[in-house]
Amino acid sequence: MDLLLTYDVDTTNADGARRLRRVAKLCEGYGLRVQKSVFEIVTDEADLLRLLARIDDIINAERDSIRIYRLPAGGLADVRTLGIAQVQSHRDDLVL
Amino acid sequence: MSLELLNTLYVQTQGADLRLEEDSVRVRLPEATARRVLPLRRIDAIVVYGHVNLSTELITRCAQDARSITWMSGGGRFLGRLDGAVRGNVLLRQAQHRALADESVSLEIARNVVAGKIRNSRWIILRTARDAAPPAREEMRTVAATLAEKIDTVASAADVDTLRGIEGDSARLHFAAFRHALRPADGIPPFERRVRRPPTDPVNALLSYLYGMVRGMVHGAAEQVGLDPYVGYLHGIRPAKPGLVLDLMEEFRPVLADRLALTLLNRRQLRAEHFEELAGGAVQLTEDGRAVVIREWQEARQQLWEHGLAGRSVPAGLLPVMQARLLARHLRGDLPGYLPWKVTA
Repeated sequence: MDLLLTYDVDTTNADGARRLRRVAKLCEGYGLRVQKSVFEIVTDEADLLRLLARIDDIINAERDSIRIYRLPAGGLADVRTLGIAQVQSHRDDLVL
Repeated sequence: MSLELLNTLYVQTQGADLRLEEDSVRVRLPEATARRVLPLRRIDAIVVYGHVNLSTELITRCAQDARSITWMSGGGRFLGRLDGAVRGNVLLRQAQHRALADESVSLEIARNVVAGKIRNSRWIILRTARDAAPPAREEMRTVAATLAEKIDTVASAADVDTLRGIEGDSARLHFAAFRHALRPADGIPPFERRVRRPPTDPVNALLSYLYGMVRGMVHGAAEQVGLDPYVGYLHGIRPAKPGLVLDLMEEFRPVLADRLALTLLNRRQLRAEHFEELAGGAVQLTEDGRAVVIREWQEARQQLWEHGLAGRSVPAGLLPVMQARLLARHLRGDLPGYLPWKVTA
């Protein structure tokens, strides 16, 4: 399934900055970062549950906000971009 | 690992640096300011070509997760492979041997290999016939028509020996047409027919050299996918003869090697001074000649070709890997047959 994950972690203190870093690192293991706090993720139900549990362990429920949108099938391949944004491929072999 | 279809990460940029960062791999390419972070979860194999650094943490993590890492030389030769503890392709190799033992299965694979080669040979002949002078053009089109008939006989060939006969006839026809497409520089005698071991004229020397390049690339692909390069279906098994590599390279010969030979000779990038005759009559490329071929070969490896089955374009250097994977999927029973790569462009 294709997901879009966005987060807003309160960084007004050092603990918040640490949580922000940990959330970002965690998400990097699941998907591709397309904006500073937006990730495109391709995954299955089991991994999604794992991701949710791990985020839940990191964030402060009083101050941080995470939103995950489930896109229609193939939704990540159907993105319109403006500016410097680039369409990233999720289901192709990568040649660098 | 995820139920989603996973991807292979190929790194061919020289000087690239790959490190493990939690559950992701961080790729730094020289000259690129931005780093790329890719989730390991979505990658089931990493293949690196030439001078690419992988951190020990990344290598051990891949071993732990049974994610394969394959090291290839910059030119596409197989160097080594890490498979982790639990995998190992014994089942694939077993399937490969079983298919060889089953006459109907191996005949079918050999048929498709031959059909693929003839089809791609026809393509290049028709393609180059457009630029040929009228009498040669007619002859090339006649050959193409005969080759089309040969493809029909492939389907009814009763055994592998018959197939080898059809393959030999088609190759002769192919080179008879190829002769008309060549307009080499002064001092290079016109191409008459394919001569190997040893090649005794410049055009044959060039063809032999390019086939060697294709062979190295295909051998690497077979190893990378975990197939036994020495168990072939059209070429069977013989000591020290990589039968499967010879099978898989057939469909690539006309398009990747013969076509490049045409370009190099017709554009005068290779001239008489790039070849030398050895005592005994064998002809080979000089060191300068080899440098020209290697440079152009590296470029040709990056050229994109349509892959009908994958539905996208693929660099020439990765076509053999895709085909080796298709064969592996057929041998494992996931695909009803082996489908050779068909050039369209």
